[in-house]
Amino acid sequence: MSQTIRVHPALVRITHWINALAVLMMVASGWRIYNASPLFESFTFPEALTLGGWLAGALQWHFAAMWLLAVNGLVYVVYGLFSGHFRRKLLPISPRAVLHDVSQALRGELAHEDLAVYNAAQRAAYLVLILSLILLVISGLAIWKPVQLQELAALMGGYEGARFLHFFAMSLMVLIVVVHVVMVALVPRTFPTMITGRLRRSP
Amino acid sequence: MKNSRLSDRFPKIQSMERRIFLKQSLSVGALSLLAGCELTSDEHVQQVLEGMSSWNDRVQAWLFDPKKLAPEYPESMITRPFPFNGYYPESQVRVIDETDYKLELGGLIKEKKPWRLPELYALPQVSQVTRHICVEGWSAIGKWSGVRFSEFLQRVGADLTAKYVGFNCGDEYYASIDMATALHPQTLLTFRFADQILPPKYGFPMKLRIPTKLGFKNPKHITEMFVVNDNPGGYWEDKGYNWFSGS
Repeated sequence: MSQTIRVHPALVRITHWINALAVLMMVASGWRIYNASPLFESFTFPEALTLGGWLAGALQWHFAAMWLLAVNGLVYVVYGLFSGHFRRKLLPISPRAVLHDVSQALRGELAHEDLAVYNAAQRAAYLVLILSLILLVISGLAIWKPVQLQELAALMGGYEGARFLHFFAMSLMVLIVVVHVVMVALVPRTFPTMITGRLRRSP
Repeated sequence: MKNSRLSDRFPKIQSMERRIFLKQSLSVGALSLLAGCELTSDEHVQQVLEGMSSWNDRVQAWLFDPKKLAPEYPESMITRPFPFNGYYPESQVRVIDETDYKLELGGLIKEKKPWRLPELYALPQVSQVTRHICVEGWSAIGKWSGVRFSEFLQRVGADLTAKYVGFNCGDEYYASIDMATALHPQTLLTFRFADQILPPKYGFPMKLRIPTKLGFKNPKHITEMFVVNDNPGGYWEDKGYNWFSGS
């Protein structure tokens, strides 16, 4: 006999998918903006992976999707903090447990018995993902408003420093998303769970 | 409980789950394709994007603090050589003839008498070393000198309650800015770059220097300016770049 359990609350599922769409638009348009003036001369993103067609189009997408990303992210973070969702799902977390689970995952030996409970590698990945997105929003604000928000930009070494920080935060975020998508492909029953919120658990 | 260690599961991913995953990942892939090609040319999407750009104009006008100064830098930090920027390559820079040059004034301005260069050069001048930030992302620090634009507007009796100041330039460029930015203390009508008369590539005979806006909002080779209440648009803005483009 199998029972159905609730794994992801509706608000988490909705904000997850809105965030996925917003991140897709932000990254694809951001890569086109990067290409207009690359930070690293020998590195640009393939145009086929970018959004907007040209710089003005990419900027329109970036500055429209940023509202979706920021408002949705704010709803998620406020919910996560005040509902206890973060505390329940992402804590406790210790460096030793993370190292242990990551090394097991790399050897393909990480147990995944209960999808309702995140292992330490997941907790670390999701925490760093949330932090990298917050860093992206903050560094993005400093790039957008290096005069009006100059105190914020100064914390990052000014306008140029904020550009590098924005790039590295994007790289970290994309890396985690790629690993996340690969892990979902390896444990595919997690995928419908993020849509229905339910998981059939064998006794 | 089934054994669900990854190493065990990987070779034998359940076909049902795999199919669901593939189906759904396909739709995510299709969405990204749609975003890349179809959506960009779609009229309704374009309307939404332009609507968001207008919304961002309003947000930026609200964020703009008329008293907040752009950071200034020591002269040792000036970028040399300072990059050329424009809608044409540097080889096609327009050379404006000094002897024929007149600055024409129009719109809601009381004294519309055109200004000659020696008259402009005689106005009280200030200097600034500020960062020019291009919409492309790069930035460079330069030194500009000229008359405070707010003083010039007062001197010619401009209606300071009007909404916009528009510019036409000797290189067929055109631009416009909001009155709040026009009156900002660091917005200068400049005649010199790095203590030398502006060379043609930096906008001879004059460039409006606005360190609180992106580079393309700093028109060069200005030949005409006017004060109006209807947004005159701009060369890049009319092609899709954000109008306010404040820093």
